Amino acid sequence: MTDDSLKPEDLRLPANVTARRVVVDAAQWRACAQRLHDQGAGLLTLWGTDDRDRDGVFRVFAALLLPDQVVVLEHALAGGHTVYPALGHLFPVADRLQRALYDLLGLRADAGDGRPWLRHGGWPENIFPLRRDVGATQSYAIHAKPYPFVPVSGDGVHEIAVGPVHAGTIEPGHFRFSVVGEKVLRLEERLGYAHKGIAKRFDRLPLQEGHRLAARLCGDSTVAFSWAYCAALEAITETELPRRAAALRALALERERIANHLGDLGGLGNDAGLAFGLVQFSSLKEQLVRLNQDAFGQRYLFDYLLPGGVVIDLGARMIRSMLDEVAMLEQAVSSLRAIFDDHAGVQDRFRDAGRLSPELARAHGAIGLVGRASGIARDARIDLPWPPYDVLQPRRVLRSEGDVAARVQVRFDEIMDSLRLCQSLLQTLPEGPGLVPVPAAPPGRLGLGLIEGWRGPVLIALETAPDNRVRHCHAHDSSWQNWPLIEHAMIGNIVPDFPLINKSFNLAYSGHDG
Amino acid sequence: MFSILARIRRTGILSEPLPTPEARDAPLEKLQRDLQSVFGRALRIRHVDAGSCNGCELEIHALSNPYYNLEGSGIAFVASPRHADVLLVTGPVSVNMEEALKRTYEAMPDPKWVLAVGDCSTCTGVFGVNYATRGRVADVIPVDAVVNGCPPTPLALLRGLLQITGHAPPKASPSAVPADS
Repeated sequence: MTDDSLKPEDLRLPANVTARRVVVDAAQWRACAQRLHDQGAGLLTLWGTDDRDRDGVFRVFAALLLPDQVVVLEHALAGGHTVYPALGHLFPVADRLQRALYDLLGLRADAGDGRPWLRHGGWPENIFPLRRDVGATQSYAIHAKPYPFVPVSGDGVHEIAVGPVHAGTIEPGHFRFSVVGEKVLRLEERLGYAHKGIAKRFDRLPLQEGHRLAARLCGDSTVAFSWAYCAALEAITETELPRRAAALRALALERERIANHLGDLGGLGNDAGLAFGLVQFSSLKEQLVRLNQDAFGQRYLFDYLLPGGVVIDLGARMIRSMLDEVAMLEQAVSSLRAIFDDHAGVQDRFRDAGRLSPELARAHGAIGLVGRASGIARDARIDLPWPPYDVLQPRRVLRSEGDVAARVQVRFDEIMDSLRLCQSLLQTLPEGPGLVPVPAAPPGRLGLGLIEGWRGPVLIALETAPDNRVRHCHAHDSSWQNWPLIEHAMIGNIVPDFPLINKSFNLAYSGHDG
Repeated sequence: MFSILARIRRTGILSEPLPTPEARDAPLEKLQRDLQSVFGRALRIRHVDAGSCNGCELEIHALSNPYYNLEGSGIAFVASPRHADVLLVTGPVSVNMEEALKRTYEAMPDPKWVLAVGDCSTCTGVFGVNYATRGRVADVIPVDAVVNGCPPTPLALLRGLLQITGHAPPKASPSAVPADS
């Protein structure tokens, strides 16, 4: 990108991908965002920091994702101001991000939805927990007020309220359907039930321990988030990750992708009435996590990555077992795919259900798996490759139908490609150490880690404090982008199809709520 | 249809001869027998995610796969707290879930047991207590037994379910189950 409007203070930003940081004032904030929007950028995330202890100001940051790089706009709110220019008119995802930013830090966008998002009355209206004058362990009594859902009126329209406790083993969230008969006129989501104040918890945490917390932002994306954290810290400390460690991390990330896709395909089969699919895919997933246990000492890889590399290297015996498993899974998944594809009952439920058109997906900035099922050809592993993806060359998976069937096909395609990548990684595992020491980080540095997890890109923006501690850590899951799209995909569908459609998106609650 | 039947036949029954019997799965069969001898086929579980990272949920899901075959042991998850004997709670109770958790507990008929699952629910885990979390489940509703682990393995969860059988009337103080062995 060679835009003159991004001149003011344009700095290279430590990150595992190409990233720049542009310091702007309020007018430039909006102008830069507009210009980047016109060049095809999407807003990845928005966060703020309380820097009153350092230079007397609050700051807001916007990370924009261009096809080949990340640009972070940084805007200091001068003179004790707490209002910044809204970006919702350019990027719909900004609306909820702005509401969350207000709930946590008290910085208000000058336009957009003013309702609380993460604050459900668990802390007072005039308390902004991410401000530095709020104690790390301070807690408050609950004073909940009714949440003003957008009402839908008309002849025969009624509401169905679902959640936050659901009928199955699912994360908590609330869905408000306005329906006529079975047909959904409008769905409104209310999230934030799993909000754990993780950003506050990161504050002052030793930098060498932060990866454990990052790994628990979202349990099904633990490799993606812990890698993003480690990548940010390694970029700040200019640690060069050994190729072997990078390859082992990629192996873990692809296994995480395969495990989640297997689980989802089973769940989708079940939701479409084919219990056989659940039995088969859940068995395959169990075999995969058992091999994780044998190879890495844990079924889910919560503590496999740490700054500087990985905890356990892989021996020749485990490499052989994993190669055998790749062959087994390729065969099994192919035969199950044929069964799904040929099953009239399943296809009848999958096709046209929960359709997200490419136009709508583009307008709303859909990313990740959901985007790739609706014609959005974005995959950070391919567009902004970091080692080892620079040599690994994942294949681009793309569908344009945007319905449940398309999201199923993307999962099948991605499993097959991830198996290929695993095979390639296992056969060409570079020699060398799996772990190197990470030096102490200089204070006041900002670094990014961007990793394409199985749902989509996850981002960690890490700022360092003295004594090798975290000053601020912002985590972002691609579910922020895609949650509002379920509201659109549900319009005109019937209530009984909601579990199927929701499962086909399978977005994060904890990863979103923080 | 033929391909489904062929696949079922090829898959066989995974629950019985467990894949690595000596090392890890030998106690499993005994555990399943014990569970059945105590509960018969009557135990019903309601799960509430009170702010978990979703890691524990993955392992709770695994209980239903053919390897652990929880339903084959006569234990099943139910959709309503009014049908449940045991409340399985995960997460460091988030402030935003506190009310929903209490209401779910109150909606269960007596006698009822609460099993707190995962390090977050038993000792706050990595999240601690702050403006957004209350911490241990026991600080919000009475807990009868706990299963540690981050996340606990399905085997540890099965052991936890077994342990609460020793708690005929609900007890006040929680007792720990080893995370794994």
